[in-house]
Amino acid sequence: MAVEEGLKSELAKQGIVVTTLEDLYNWGRRSSIWPMQFGLACCAIEMIATACARYDIARFGAELFRASPRQADLMIVAGTVTKKMAPQIVRLYNQMAEPKYVIAMGACAISGGPFHRGYNVLRGIDRYIPVDVHIPGCPPTPQALLDGLMKVQQKIDRQHLAGVAWYRQDASCEFPVPEYGPAGLVPTYNPDVWQPIPGGLRGSATQPPKAPAAA
Amino acid sequence: MIDPAQVKAEIETQLPGVTVQAEGSALIVEPKDLPAVAKQLKNSAAWRLDFLSNLCGVDYPPERLETVYQLYSMEKKHGPLTMKVRVPRNNPRQPSVVAIWRAAEFQERESYDLYGILYDGHPDLRRILMWEGFEGHPMRKDYVPEDQDSVETSGG
Repeated sequence: MAVEEGLKSELAKQGIVVTTLEDLYNWGRRSSIWPMQFGLACCAIEMIATACARYDIARFGAELFRASPRQADLMIVAGTVTKKMAPQIVRLYNQMAEPKYVIAMGACAISGGPFHRGYNVLRGIDRYIPVDVHIPGCPPTPQALLDGLMKVQQKIDRQHLAGVAWYRQDASCEFPVPEYGPAGLVPTYNPDVWQPIPGGLRGSATQPPKAPAAA
Repeated sequence: MIDPAQVKAEIETQLPGVTVQAEGSALIVEPKDLPAVAKQLKNSAAWRLDFLSNLCGVDYPPERLETVYQLYSMEKKHGPLTMKVRVPRNNPRQPSVVAIWRAAEFQERESYDLYGILYDGHPDLRRILMWEGFEGHPMRKDYVPEDQDSVETSGG
């Protein structure tokens, strides 16, 4: 920070605003986030409620839901990602222009939720694309989604123009799209984005959880 | 709810050589008799079951798979009649009812996709929910889902 906070507030009292180009740039970006308009399951209903008059996501500058990934900054993965849908989600993410952000909304988008042990549900979209904010809940309330959006805004505020990945020459924004295999998606996750916890914090999908040892 | 015992009595007088069972609230039909019984249920003046509301598969390991039909009559305003067809698990073949109730087309495909029951005479019997190239029938009770946490086993 070129100007220290104390001096900034002293100057502000005199009607002089001092800022940096970076702050101005990030303020503009975070105040006009365009989410992509798509929903996958019941979380989408809460997302729609968030966009309507009662909760009014327009107060945060994110009311313009775009039906094209080319025009969107934010992907809200609102709902259960089935294995059949996952390749399309990754492809849509690849088609979004940088800078882009992802919210995993609800238990299903985070981990598969109640369908965690199912044959047909992807256990978290963070296996294939980088997720910025996870919002727990089943489904999360509109307040929770707004809080998640504010978390994205805080993240944007903290980004430095010099260090961001999307201005680098060697930056790659293509994530491999999984393919349909005989039992599920191939590969089952993108190791560059997500790795299973060694030993398995959550345990294996196919094994029932072990009964706790008697005390 | 239509009493299957009454339906059984009518079918066995109208269709000589066909025997059906009334078990609880359901009518149990042999796979080989299904087309004749289905036509009779749809066309008989007493029942007129012209609307197939639902068709689904059920797995009863180790011996059998079932297809359950829920039938209503739009004309007579009555129903449902529950009809069941049982096939052995090692050779699950039975006739299709698409020619009689057109609504069965997608639901027989779903039952084939998830339970592996083969419907002879279906015009286009292929998977409907899972993708082409998927192996196995995932709603069968002995289906083991893949381990999504390991990259090696996913390739099959």
